[in-house]
Parts: sequence; C-alpha cells; structure tokens
Amino acid sequence: MDIAAANSIAMGLAVGLGVMGPGIGIGLIVGRALEAIGRNPEVSGSVIANMFIGIAFTEALAIFALVVGFIIKFT
Amino acid sequence: MEGGISIHLAPLALAHFGNWPVTNTLVTMVAVTILFIALAYFAGRSLSLKPRGWQVILESLVMYPYQLVRDTLENDAVAERTFPIIMTVFLSVLGANWFGLLPLTEGLGFHQAGLAEVTPLFYSPSTDLNYTLALAVIAFFTIEIFGVATLGAIQYGKKFISFKSPIAFAIGIIELVSEIARLISFSFRLFGNVFAGKVLILVIMFFVPYLLPVPFSAFELFVGFIQAAIFALLTLFFTKIAISGHDAEEEHGPAHDMAERIAGGSKEGMRHAAADENAVIPL
Repeated sequence: MDIAAANSIAMGLAVGLGVMGPGIGIGLIVGRALEAIGRNPEVSGSVIANMFIGIAFTEALAIFALVVGFIIKFT
Repeated sequence: MEGGISIHLAPLALAHFGNWPVTNTLVTMVAVTILFIALAYFAGRSLSLKPRGWQVILESLVMYPYQLVRDTLENDAVAERTFPIIMTVFLSVLGANWFGLLPLTEGLGFHQAGLAEVTPLFYSPSTDLNYTLALAVIAFFTIEIFGVATLGAIQYGKKFISFKSPIAFAIGIIELVSEIARLISFSFRLFGNVFAGKVLILVIMFFVPYLLPVPFSAFELFVGFIQAAIFALLTLFFTKIAISGHDAEEEHGPAHDMAERIAGGSKEGMRHAAADENAVIPL
C-alpha cells in the first residue's frame, strides 16, 4: 500500500469514526431540548439558546476529527 | 481527484515583507477592521440623545446583547467593563466570517510565479489558525484578568491550587488543565467550522457548479453567525465562572446566594413575586 492510499484511508477512518460520537450527542441534546419545550413551551427561548450552546460544544468534537482528517490528508 | 481541488491548510502569502509573509487572510482582516472603524466613525459622528434614523437601529442592535451580558453576569460593574470586549469579539468574528463569504473574496486575485492556480486577494480570515488562536488568547486573558480583578489574586488562585484536601487539590489541577484546554477548543472550533465550510463549498462547486452551492452558502452564512455568537457567549460564560467564587463555606457570600437562587428554581421566584404583589413581608 503506497502512502497516498494509506493517507486517504486514514482520513476516511478518522473523520468517519470521529463524527459518530458527536452525531449521537447532538441527537440526544436536540431530543431532550424538544422534550423540555414540549413540557414547558414558555421557556422555549432559553432552552433553544442553551441547546445551541450545547450543540456547538458537541459539534466542536466532530470538527476536531475533521481537522485531524485534513491534516492527515493534506500535510 | 487530480487537477480538481486544491486545499491549503496554511493561508497563501501575497508578498513577503522581510521574513514576514503577508497572507491574504491578514489583508482581509485589515480590510474588515477598516470597515468597522469607518462604520463606527460615521455612526458616532451625529449622535443625539433622541435617537433618529440609523442610531435607532444601531442602539437596538446593541441593547439586546448588553441586557444579556448584564443578566448573565449579575454584576453591573463587571458587565459594564466586559461588554465592550465581548461585543467587539462578536462583531469582529461576524465581520470576518461574512466578509469571507462575499463573492469578491474568491474571484479577485492574481497569478503568482510559482503557483498554478490564482491566489485570491481576500480570503476568509477564520480559515487561518493564526487569527483564531490570537482571538482565543485575547479571550483567555480577558477571562483571567476579570477573574483576578473581581476576586483578587489570592482568592482566584485558590480555585486552582488548594491544599485543603487531596480531592480539592486534584480538582484544582483539573480546573487548571481545563482552563488551558480552552485555548485549543476556542481556536479549533472557529477554525474548523469555517475551514470545513470552505472545503464543503469547494467540493460542491467541483461536482455541481450551478445552483447547488447557493443553499450551502446560505448555510455558511448561518454558521458564521452562530460561531461568532458562540465565541462571544463562551467568553461571557467563562467570565461568569471566573468571577463567581468557588467556595461555599462562607454562608452568605455572593456565590452562595447565587447557588441558592439557582437551586431554588422558579418556585422560589414565584413565591417572592406573589409576596411582593400582596405586600406581605416575605418569610
């Protein structure tokens, strides 16, 4: 296996595996937030704001995986 | 994928100034800064106590974030001093992200001697790790300085180094590490989001050049705003954590009161509200 092929496989693995956890996490966050809004619609404003902050934290992990993938592939 | 897409992690240098490369991201950020200074100059030239025209819009744009900062920090003196830097961070990141999405940032460029493709004159600054890391360092020092200024150096240091018990010592070390790790997560979050967006649009344009990039560009507009808001909000929240004391020993310290207010929840607040309404002396 030459080095370019190994790089491509490594990037695919790094990004694909790294995105799995944050995907589950974002699903949980949004699900719980919607549950909370369904129970108590008056506070939907603050729930949605906090939801986006939680999503940003979780999404950052996926982005880290993506950045690592780019670094593997292109440097 | 030969000959199709070219992706650079490092920004392209337009010229070399001695040993310093003048990159296109630097040029863009200078342009954004000049735009903001011009906007501030023209908006601030004709201020009046009774707002008219532009002033109404600008004031209403500033008032909501100010209210948010004050409500979050629950400390008006600190809020007044923190707000300018938090708002500046927000506007700077927002301006940088949105300026990077303008058509001219990709189209305007020139050929360089050694390179095959066109070097764009402007490029989204957040795709440069130098910019995001610099912002993260600024945010980091803002948080630490406000923490020290509010609590005092000794009290603030007790958060990280305490010899009360082995567990307190371990927690202090963990706090210290997470404080430093913020630098990485701050900078890589912004860098990764915007860089990934650029690559996404590039790949889409390579496969379907017409129409399909439009919704993705709109999504990038949204991402640029969200990331700017997140950067500013996280600075705000970490400042809040830094300025609130850690120890719950002193019975009626500000931290204790705050914890009580949070733990009390809405029921407590409702009871107080009801008591106020009926002018009954609260318990």
